[in-house]
Amino acid sequence: MLKDITIGQYFPGKSVVHKLDPRFKIIITGIFIAMLFSADSFTALVVGIVFLIVSFLLSKIPFKLMLKSLKPIIPIIIFTSVLNIFFLDGVVLFKLGFLKVTYEGLRTSAFMIIRIIALIMGSSLLTYTTSPITLTDAIERLLSPLKKIKLPVHELAMMMTIALRFIPTLIEETDKIMSAQKARGADMESGSLLQRAKALTPILIPLFVSAFRRAEELAVAMECRCYQGGDGRTRLRQLKSTGGDYFALGLSIVFLDIVLLINCMTG
Amino acid sequence: MQEKIISAENVDFHYSNEFEENENAPVKQVLKGVSLDIKKGEFTAILGHNGSGKSTIAKHMNAILLPCGGKVYVDGIDTSDEERLFDIRQSVGMVFQNPDNQIVATIVEEDVAFALENLGVPPYEMRERVDDALKSVGMYEYREHSPHQLSGGQKQRIAIAGIIAMRPDCIVLDEPTAMLDPHGRRSVLKTIRKLNREFGITIVLITHYMDEAAQADRIVVMDNGEIVMDNVPKEVFSNVELMKKIGLDVPQVTELMYLLTQCGLLSDTHIIDEEECTEALIKILTA
Amino acid sequence: MAVIKTENLTYTYSIGTPFEKTAVDSVNLDIEEGEFVGIIGHTGSGKSTLIQHLNGLVKPTSGKVIIDGDDIWSKDVKIRDIRFKVGLVFQYPEYQIFEETVYKDIAFGPKNMGLPDDEIDRRIRETAELVGLHKENLDKSPFELSGGQKRRVAIAGVMAMEPKVLILDEPTAGLDPKGRDKILGQIKEYQRQKKSTVLLVSHSMEDVAKFADKILVMNKARVFCYEDTPEVFKRAEELTEIGLAVPQITRVFNRLKQSGIDIRTDVYTTEFAKKTILEYLEKRGESHA
Repeated sequence: MLKDITIGQYFPGKSVVHKLDPRFKIIITGIFIAMLFSADSFTALVVGIVFLIVSFLLSKIPFKLMLKSLKPIIPIIIFTSVLNIFFLDGVVLFKLGFLKVTYEGLRTSAFMIIRIIALIMGSSLLTYTTSPITLTDAIERLLSPLKKIKLPVHELAMMMTIALRFIPTLIEETDKIMSAQKARGADMESGSLLQRAKALTPILIPLFVSAFRRAEELAVAMECRCYQGGDGRTRLRQLKSTGGDYFALGLSIVFLDIVLLINCMTG
Repeated sequence: MQEKIISAENVDFHYSNEFEENENAPVKQVLKGVSLDIKKGEFTAILGHNGSGKSTIAKHMNAILLPCGGKVYVDGIDTSDEERLFDIRQSVGMVFQNPDNQIVATIVEEDVAFALENLGVPPYEMRERVDDALKSVGMYEYREHSPHQLSGGQKQRIAIAGIIAMRPDCIVLDEPTAMLDPHGRRSVLKTIRKLNREFGITIVLITHYMDEAAQADRIVVMDNGEIVMDNVPKEVFSNVELMKKIGLDVPQVTELMYLLTQCGLLSDTHIIDEEECTEALIKILTA
Repeated sequence: MAVIKTENLTYTYSIGTPFEKTAVDSVNLDIEEGEFVGIIGHTGSGKSTLIQHLNGLVKPTSGKVIIDGDDIWSKDVKIRDIRFKVGLVFQYPEYQIFEETVYKDIAFGPKNMGLPDDEIDRRIRETAELVGLHKENLDKSPFELSGGQKRRVAIAGVMAMEPKVLILDEPTAGLDPKGRDKILGQIKEYQRQKKSTVLLVSHSMEDVAKFADKILVMNKARVFCYEDTPEVFKRAEELTEIGLAVPQITRVFNRLKQSGIDIRTDVYTTEFAKKTILEYLEKRGESHA
């Protein structure tokens, strides 16, 4: 069901990872991604994985939840692995009809899969341990120097916040509308691609109408609470970096250095 | 005399029809010369059916709408004075029907803080005001929840807390319970009454539920853009015939009293609660 | 014959997770053809999940749903046919309207049934009249109508499928007393004309009391009781205990009984209350004489 989607879902907690300054968390996640993509051997990749596992253990997020975050990317994983296993030249291990499976193919696809899984898990860890609003808040602050070049940083952050706030609401609404149209005999499971696309009209139109109505009402409600854009705003949650934040950042840089070092040694 | 917080003087309102195909079509007058004073500390209910103008007058009370004719004053400030818009909105807060469409943030306490952030309240003071607001609506334990995990009644109380945090003198609630189940309705009503009694906040409750209106100090009945009655609940509901003509309910006990007066068993219909009704019936039945 | 029958119907959410919850627990029901049944219970009592089983939108975890003699999940039954037999109107149905005209929107269900055009036309005109929509409104965009009118368009859209069973989930939510009475009256009229079975889910005991022949009370995923309306209101005390508000007038008559007056307590409408009082006085007059 649609309700199973977990992207952008926050898992409240009080772990060290939760408590890290979100600005640092974003930067550290960036460094982690850099580790994954600069690693060009399994050994180097393992360093990145160790970093992920340590962060994951510290965060006290249930492992099930982490697995759940992988669900939407299963097709991508399958696609990449198929592509790599069958279409990479090298030492042939065995043949399946006209397809041949090579050692290099298996190796590369394993490498790619680990990399994708680690990437998704790492970024999910960021969203699981940081409330979306703190996250957008942190992005807003990290990007605030760009205000000087007239980039509407506050407005973008506000849009993101509202989008995040309304995703669950709209998902629930889509579920409801789908059930209601099915009750009127709407057939969404059979027919050609074109017919199926057409069958979406009874869902999309009510959804759009309701989204516009919601937007209008929200705008009035925000005005009633004296919203006037980013100027002169203060924030409930103050971001204060502590020694721990710098330590975590330093640690991630050390890990990145190790990855680069291994690359040099094996390369 | 008690101090007035809101004062509407001869308010006329109609939506402009410049977007209509026929520009000369007669405009529909939504409000026709409405005059209404709300005193500080009062709990007023505005009762009327859909299209009676009750929501429109509510939207005049914090300058969401401006009158086409007449004046509205909030705490002595003319609502058409754009420079004082934020003063007006801080002294009269507004809660709407759909709780989902007025919650901005993804964490309860951050939503309650939204207005304070907009007003530039310093963070340490903000913390205190947010906590106080959440406690006053009984939602403090939920401060770190995400709104979509809450029930309709709880969400509506969060919306109320978001207004309370501004420390307004008055809250106008535009059909706050229309989308809630009975349990949610009760919890919101209880919260509203508490805010009125314990914190002295002036309440204007727009509703079409007579049982909610019955809890107010004063009921203003609107029909067709005009005020048709303005009195204490007992007096309003005892006009059973007029209420029915407008298309509004009266409490079942009042209706029964009315039916019994018609058969000559009673002479008075000024009864709106169970206890009084039981007593009156015992008198009839044991006479 | 029962038009709706459930055997040990059970539905459990999110099995195997910490969120596991039984929403409907071993429900056995027999609803006879042509009855007007009120369904009450608070949010989370399982009433919404129950009704979604009756037209096959939700598949039971265990147990059976038998509509018109057919087990709806057996292999030779097409679930879409069940949806035409059991029409379901959701809460706030006006939010599902999508067509350019009122006419086309009401036509959506009948068209999906594959009916011929003239039959569809007849049904649209008939149901539109039944729910009090004027002819000139049929060619208008549904989005131009008032809230109450939109809701009636949406209800007409399900009525036009002429289902054997019509289920409505809180059709009066958010409406003012006028709109509420209008819609409830129209539903009753539909049932009278089509001789169909109607299930009305409501939070309002007063509404249910006025129209339903029988009342199904749901509590904590189970059937609390399913009896004729007056019988249910005799149990006012038990209903209050499970957190359901009985009509004010029923509470008054219970108070009278408690204060020693020998009067019936299955009173739930004001007209009936008046009648009961007059009868009591008459009877007492006779015994005194």
